[in-house]
Amino acid sequence: MSTLTLWIVIISLGVGSFLLRFSFLGLVGDRPLPPWLLRHLRYTAVAILPAMVTPLVAFSNEAGTGPEPGRLVAALVAVAVGAKTKNVLAAIGSGAAVLTLYILIMG
Amino acid sequence: MSTTTPKTAFWRGVRDSAPFTLVAGPFALLFGVIATEAGLNLFEVMTFSLAVIAGAAQFTALQLMQENAPTVVVIISALAVNLRVAMYSAALTPYLGRAPMWQRVFAAYLLVDQSYALSHQKFEAEPAMTVSERMGYYMGTCILVMSVWYGASLAGAIIGSALPPQIPIDFALPIAFLAMVAPALRTLPHVIAAFTAVVVSLFAASVPWSLGLIIAGAAGMIAGAQAELWMERRT
Repeated sequence: MSTLTLWIVIISLGVGSFLLRFSFLGLVGDRPLPPWLLRHLRYTAVAILPAMVTPLVAFSNEAGTGPEPGRLVAALVAVAVGAKTKNVLAAIGSGAAVLTLYILIMG
Repeated sequence: MSTTTPKTAFWRGVRDSAPFTLVAGPFALLFGVIATEAGLNLFEVMTFSLAVIAGAAQFTALQLMQENAPTVVVIISALAVNLRVAMYSAALTPYLGRAPMWQRVFAAYLLVDQSYALSHQKFEAEPAMTVSERMGYYMGTCILVMSVWYGASLAGAIIGSALPPQIPIDFALPIAFLAMVAPALRTLPHVIAAFTAVVVSLFAASVPWSLGLIIAGAAGMIAGAQAELWMERRT
């Protein structure tokens, strides 16, 4: 990534995030959002994040044709622990532990 | 114990927010480490963390920049991940909307999961609070979490520059994202949204300019919204 790209991203995200936060509090007031929009906004994070991660896991072997077993198992463990415990840090920890263990054992 | 002045409300907020530093700290630390490993210098890491203050959005931007996705896709995706803060803004407006503009500007800058969750709960539970007491409490919930956020970003950036480059930290991001999503799969529509996004992203992986992400994300959102409507009609 180039320095220029990085700064464009940092400034755009800084301004964009502020406008998202300021939107209602500063500008819109008490007027409610249309229900159809709220209904879609509820699912942004649970849709965008898996959409980004899935190809990273599914094509993680060196040729980029399929999953690398250690990464696949680590990803599944992170999801399982996160869903079960509702604890983000426990999920990260267990996923990282599985991957580290795999690398240590398999070399 | 009832809050009586903006000042006591402020210190209540500080105390109530203390446990949340345990959540914000590790995230900022991880961001500092990964961003440094990705090639950002200390000044860039700190500006990023100070300007955006949103773990998931920062991680998203970092991941996509490393994949050399088009800048527009990087920005849209990261802002989409952060859209929930607009909902927080809407939820707090009935309580803080009558505060002076300069206070609302500060409050908006500091609006994160923690300050929203604590304050909204408090304002609902104690409807008698005045606007200035509410603002005091809100600022109190921010100050400690933000200090930890900045400090941990800095610590992460310093640690990251000390790590030997051989350590494979690239997969820390996918793990962190999955860990953030899994607890959010509370209802059937959330699960359907995530599952749809996963399936579509596999088919859309070869779409150029990283647009597969936008397509799969939109498909997931639509699936979640439709599932919610369908469940409402059934009950």
